Amino acid sequence: MAKLPFSLVTPEREYASGEADSVLVPGTEGLFEVQANHAPLMSTLSPGILVIRNAGTERRLFVRGGFADVNPEGLTVLAEVAIPEDELKGDVLGRQKQAAQKALSEGGTPEQVLEQQRAVDVLAGY
Amino acid sequence: MPSLKDLKDRITSVRSTQKITKAMQMVAAAKLRRAEEAATAARPYAQRIETVLGNLAAGLTPGAPGPKLLTGTGKDQVHLLVVATADRGLCGGFNSSIVRLARERIVSLQGQGKTVRLFTIGKKGRDQLKRLYGDLILEHYDTEGTKTVGFEQAKDVADRLLALYEEGAFDVATIFYGRFQSVIAQVPTASQVIPAKPPARPQDAAPVAPYEYEPDEEAILTTLLPRYVAVQVFRALLENAASEQGARMSAMDNATRNAGEMIDTLNLQYNRARQAQITTELVEIIAGAESV
Repeated sequence: MAKLPFSLVTPEREYASGEADSVLVPGTEGLFEVQANHAPLMSTLSPGILVIRNAGTERRLFVRGGFADVNPEGLTVLAEVAIPEDELKGDVLGRQKQAAQKALSEGGTPEQVLEQQRAVDVLAGY
Repeated sequence: MPSLKDLKDRITSVRSTQKITKAMQMVAAAKLRRAEEAATAARPYAQRIETVLGNLAAGLTPGAPGPKLLTGTGKDQVHLLVVATADRGLCGGFNSSIVRLARERIVSLQGQGKTVRLFTIGKKGRDQLKRLYGDLILEHYDTEGTKTVGFEQAKDVADRLLALYEEGAFDVATIFYGRFQSVIAQVPTASQVIPAKPPARPQDAAPVAPYEYEPDEEAILTTLLPRYVAVQVFRALLENAASEQGARMSAMDNATRNAGEMIDTLNLQYNRARQAQITTELVEIIAGAESV
């Protein structure tokens, strides 16, 4: 099966790059899975778990705020925050939770509230 | 003619100063490397977001009402100058050259009858601008106590800028910072952040593949533009951090060399004075012996 060139970048550094069999992206309008030769697509991200599947292995990362850009050259995920799932505990988790709660209480447009609610929901599972 | 003891004291003092400048130079060199690494690491994100924005902006029909962040307020009356400097001195002309560029801009804008507001980042810039343009300073962002530039900071600054823009506090925002060219050369630079200027797509670029947008183009553009502003602020802050360390490194290198030269001259003076003293003493003894 053809491999999907893929990269995950945050403002501070290039988080991961390489090839994958498929990547499951938490889009604003729902989860979608990207494989090689996907049609060009641009979607905003919703806070959630990004799953990178490659040769039977799985990497799970919490991502928040950004975009997924699928073009003929591959998939690029631009996320403001990216944290591997197994590091999502203790202090790091607490800070993320706090930030999401705070943003939720501040309110905003219905879309913003929905996004923050999702972040709170996802994080509550850890 | 200073006494022998005075000279000796001065030599010791200059020598300890030299030790300090030498240490500062080495610290700056280490920090510079880290700052450069951070700047390189941030590049992919900035590049991607530029490409995406360029693609989206190219798809907009020119003249059509777009997001305010991209098209501007339609006016050009109130200018906000964001002046980013360091919190500390002892880095040569780094801070003052940025402030000088900003000041020239203020004078020229005011000459054209525009209103100028200031947003300062970093202590030194505020201190220098406060004297002349204290009443123009709208906001100040404190970077003291933070060791490395993080995206969080850039986002804070960008959020404040965007809030001010929403309120209609200004029409055009320009950020002033030191662009890092090399350890010896840091170029004070001004670049416009609001309204956002997406990089022009090269004419021969391949036509954009027909994208599918989720939710839709407009929604994506409205979430993307604030990020683009934050990225530009972030880049300016990173460049500034690298420039500051570079400037400090070369300033401290000069200082160390100067101190070395000073020690040499003082040593020569000291030896001369010592020999003169010995000669005088000998002459006195001989004169005394002869008179007996």
